[in-house]
Amino acid sequence: MNGADAIEAVDLKKAYGEDVQALDGLTFSVPAGTVFGLLGPNGAGKSTTVKVLTTLAHPDEGAARVAGFDVLGEPARVRESIGVVSQAGGLDQEATGRENLRLQGQVFGMGGKALEARIDELLGQFGLADAGDRLVREYSGGMRRRLDVAQALVHKPRVLFLDEPTTGLDPEVRSEMWEEIGRLASEGLTVLLTTHYLEEADKLAARLAIVDKGRVVAEGTPDGLKRELRGDAIHVELGSESADEATIREALARVDGLDQIIYDENRVLHARAEDGARTVPAVLAALEGAALAVGSVTVARPSLDDVYLRFAGRTFGAAEADDRERPAQRKGAH
Amino acid sequence: MKALRDTRHMTVRHLMALWRQPWWIAVSLVQPVIWLLLFGALFKSVTDIPGFGSTNYIQFLAPGVVVMTAFFGAGWTGMPVIDDINRGVIDRFLVSPVRRGSLISGRLASSALTTAIQSVIIVILALIVGASFSNSILGVVVLIAVSVLLGSAFGCLSIGLALLVRREETLIATVQFLLLPLSFVSVTFMQKDLMPDWMQTVSKFNPLNWAVEAGRSAVNPDPSWGAIAGKTGLLVAFLCLCGAFAVRAFRTYQRAV
Repeated sequence: MNGADAIEAVDLKKAYGEDVQALDGLTFSVPAGTVFGLLGPNGAGKSTTVKVLTTLAHPDEGAARVAGFDVLGEPARVRESIGVVSQAGGLDQEATGRENLRLQGQVFGMGGKALEARIDELLGQFGLADAGDRLVREYSGGMRRRLDVAQALVHKPRVLFLDEPTTGLDPEVRSEMWEEIGRLASEGLTVLLTTHYLEEADKLAARLAIVDKGRVVAEGTPDGLKRELRGDAIHVELGSESADEATIREALARVDGLDQIIYDENRVLHARAEDGARTVPAVLAALEGAALAVGSVTVARPSLDDVYLRFAGRTFGAAEADDRERPAQRKGAH
Repeated sequence: MKALRDTRHMTVRHLMALWRQPWWIAVSLVQPVIWLLLFGALFKSVTDIPGFGSTNYIQFLAPGVVVMTAFFGAGWTGMPVIDDINRGVIDRFLVSPVRRGSLISGRLASSALTTAIQSVIIVILALIVGASFSNSILGVVVLIAVSVLLGSAFGCLSIGLALLVRREETLIATVQFLLLPLSFVSVTFMQKDLMPDWMQTVSKFNPLNWAVEAGRSAVNPDPSWGAIAGKTGLLVAFLCLCGAFAVRAFRTYQRAV
């Protein structure tokens, strides 16, 4: 294992019951001092990964090190080195913001004036100076989230875990959180961020791993991953219900420079082309030739959405829909 | 040392939460008063039954109400635990260096403290309305001690159950199911010799009954310290058993995460 990595996960496997293989050989590493994104739809295994790396859950197989300590062999050392913002948060609603931060500091062995000074510093940093003595129950969603992050930082951890930090926040509050996370990253903290927002991963993560069905299907910088997709993405919405993938593939076989053809269940045809603008007429002609009615056409530069489509073989939306149809699975807050 | 410190921090957290609920404080102070005055008035004439022995029913009843109040309060210890589970508070502590045991012992300590305060208030009220306790301070201390032991044991059961079922409805139903039967199959309201034979037999296995017998004897003239020590020993053993159950339930919860 490489000493410069703040997080290393090797071949992690974990099943819940017989039906749900939450992690299926997940491997990735995070260099110290960087923001790393785990990107994937709900149910991809991101939260389970965080639970294993933060010593909350035991993997069935595999190994992991965080901040240089073995997650299974030295869980106490790992816990001293990390800060965690889980999806459920974990704030005491019946206590004030200040009391929440104080208790967190105390369980990490802090106390006295040093702790109070640290609390004031964090309340100020996260714009909660005036709200510090109010009960968390009275906080807005955005304030709670900021306090969640402040709480994870009280003891100055070396590695910070943010599990879906902006889920459920409205767009304005979300961009505030992004600024905050960006600031933390610039201070040299190692951050593992899980998200199912492509935009969020694109914006915050220096490197990211795309997770699907408990495995890493692609890893790299957001730009690098997008560059791997040469050319443009073409999306064609087909009007006819009778269209099937075989017919479409046959029709498009004669179009030059078109590859990675995927037809999804929303009757949208995805494909890639070296030069989108030039290829579209040929695509439309071919579809018309096969008596397939076209609803709409879009051509776009590659996005992380396309990256996901390319590596996971399905669209982000389809993956999330799949997850909803799966048998009941325990997630986040039981 | 860290275990003690963590327990203290958790205890402060729970006491602050209670302190912020004036309604809860009011109810938990008024309820034992109602038990004492209501049952005291309702069953006043049982002292006329030949063989009852005591002539002052309030004095007979007061130690029972002290124990019963501790018991009723303890039954609900698990409710805020379910809230903590749902809000991710337990998981947040599990990824911190906090001593695992303090998550249970902090709740027991805060509930022991509230039990002691309630008990003192009931004792004072009983004195005002005409009871007189022998062995003064020592007797009352023993009474409070057995109440706290019983409360801690049922507190462990409630916490353990909360960690296993993780549903408030299930916990409420179970606690409701136990509270009154255990209270009535005991010498809380009635002299043992006047209870049906089968109830006398069952009450021998009722921890609440152990606590009432020990506590009542301690504040009566001529206490039988040997029997009190025996009952206290049983309560300690019961507490250990319940504590082991709570710890196991906690492990089960951790494994299921």
